[in-house]
Amino acid sequence: MKPEVANRLRLNEDLTLALLERFIRDEVDKSGFQRVVFGLSGGIDSALVAYLAVRALGRDRTHAVLMPYETSSPASLTDAFAVVHDLQMPHTVVPITAPVDAYFAQVDALLGSPATPLRKGNRMARERMCTLFDFSAHLAALVLGTSNKTELLLGYGTQFGDMASALNPIGDLYKCQVRQLSNAVGVPRSILEKAPSADLWENQTDEQELGFTYDDADEVLYYLVDERYSLDETVALGYSEALVSRVIQRVRRNQYKRKPPVIAKISPRTVGIDFRYLRDWGN
Amino acid sequence: MDRLQVVLAQLSPRLGDFEWNLDKHHEWIREARARGAQLIIFPELGLTGYQVQDMTLDIARPLIHPQIQSLIEASREIDIVFSFVEETSHHLFHVSAVYASEGKVRAVHRKVYLPTYGMFDERRYFAPGTRFQTFSGTPAGTAGMLLCEDAWHVTSPYLLALGGANFMIVTASSPARDVTDAHYFGSQRFWRELLRVYAQTYGCPIAFVNRVGVEDGISFFGGSGAVSPEGDWLFTAPTVEEGMFSIQLDLRSVRRARFSTPILRDERPLLVQRELERILRQREETQCDWAPNSQPEGERT
Repeated sequence: MKPEVANRLRLNEDLTLALLERFIRDEVDKSGFQRVVFGLSGGIDSALVAYLAVRALGRDRTHAVLMPYETSSPASLTDAFAVVHDLQMPHTVVPITAPVDAYFAQVDALLGSPATPLRKGNRMARERMCTLFDFSAHLAALVLGTSNKTELLLGYGTQFGDMASALNPIGDLYKCQVRQLSNAVGVPRSILEKAPSADLWENQTDEQELGFTYDDADEVLYYLVDERYSLDETVALGYSEALVSRVIQRVRRNQYKRKPPVIAKISPRTVGIDFRYLRDWGN
Repeated sequence: MDRLQVVLAQLSPRLGDFEWNLDKHHEWIREARARGAQLIIFPELGLTGYQVQDMTLDIARPLIHPQIQSLIEASREIDIVFSFVEETSHHLFHVSAVYASEGKVRAVHRKVYLPTYGMFDERRYFAPGTRFQTFSGTPAGTAGMLLCEDAWHVTSPYLLALGGANFMIVTASSPARDVTDAHYFGSQRFWRELLRVYAQTYGCPIAFVNRVGVEDGISFFGGSGAVSPEGDWLFTAPTVEEGMFSIQLDLRSVRRARFSTPILRDERPLLVQRELERILRQREETQCDWAPNSQPEGERT
């Protein structure tokens, strides 16, 4: 990463942590919920969320759910356990192999062909979402999101799967900022150092699948999104046109994942168009 | 009276819950009186919350509304600055701040600059105010009020200073944004620079009260405080945390500062007026944008 971008994206850790802790406390208290629940994968994003949640609410008001599938890397579960042990936080392990396999056993037979890895991966992400929202009702807990800004912008996630949540404390942090804060709050070293992976199939890594590194993505996204540079202006900074175009395409093509469903306007006041209230209205 | 005891009420209003916010105002006013303060300042839209959007119709109040009157009544023993969505008799909705003293309204400032860009959408719901009017009868003498974005336009404090303000009150609902490696949020750093320059330029103490709390993911940074006429931040409240903060302003410092650095004395408002008229006339004639000496599109060679 260019030093000037790295400097610009570097966060004052105390200030950022104070803001994020206050955000979690405030939003949970306002909503009338008692605690938060989230999926803990063994990756860096959900590990950071775990540390933030415990800092904000105390461990007794948090709950981590570990949801391995049979092909998940064993290291993922080990790393997730390292987090819950370090934080001594309440947690439950809910394997998702049986429900996901039961679904595909039925649907593969109905469709007459085996599901692609992409469909299986999406189903796993949504199975986890269903589990978390069930725990939400059981524990009176808000679901915390664990998607970072880089993923959200690139659309590198499953709609209504890992992208679904009630509150997302890390959704405005680029991947490099997630790393910085994770380091600051004491996320275990094994998590900080491993290659990021959605772990939906064996040996998957994010950067291999995306075709560029997170550092490259963060840099280009910083100019395109935060600084509103055009493609040409970004390329003029020395980034390859192929990289910048790819990033732009991903951001645009995945806008649908970041929006609520599109509603056909008929009446004078339409949900999502000119019926405008914050969610806090309902609190 | 050379010293002004002020309480900066850095509160976290509940969005749309007028009753709850009003109770909190009364509670804090009682506490400020008990502390011996002469003035308590609440943040912009402290009675309603900031992003009221379509709740505007439900939470707007005319000045004569009993809830507003209860605050004015409470000003018999301490001066109070509070802010809410004001509905006029013609049903315009303004972001307003009231200065109440001795059970009366001394001044109402209606926010002139309604930010409608980026994350802000105020002009969609509110009507802009039309003046920067100073008022007398405060413990600091003549004063002026600005609401948040008003203070991001350098002409606003200029007009208040020419209007005779010896004290400026700036209330805000300013979000925490642009976190960098710096000690302050990007938005907060700009505020600190602006108010320092204004106070020093016009030899005028400024009290700044910004709210805290979170509305749908947007945090308000707090960081209320006061700047001396010499341009020093005398006090800065913590970021993000709610609280009442007592400060003391030395009113004699205005006299010293304006003698030492008499920039306000040397202002040339009639010259400014002439130059503005000329500039505006030329803009009108050439329909040019801000570029100096720019030619109309068709005349470029």
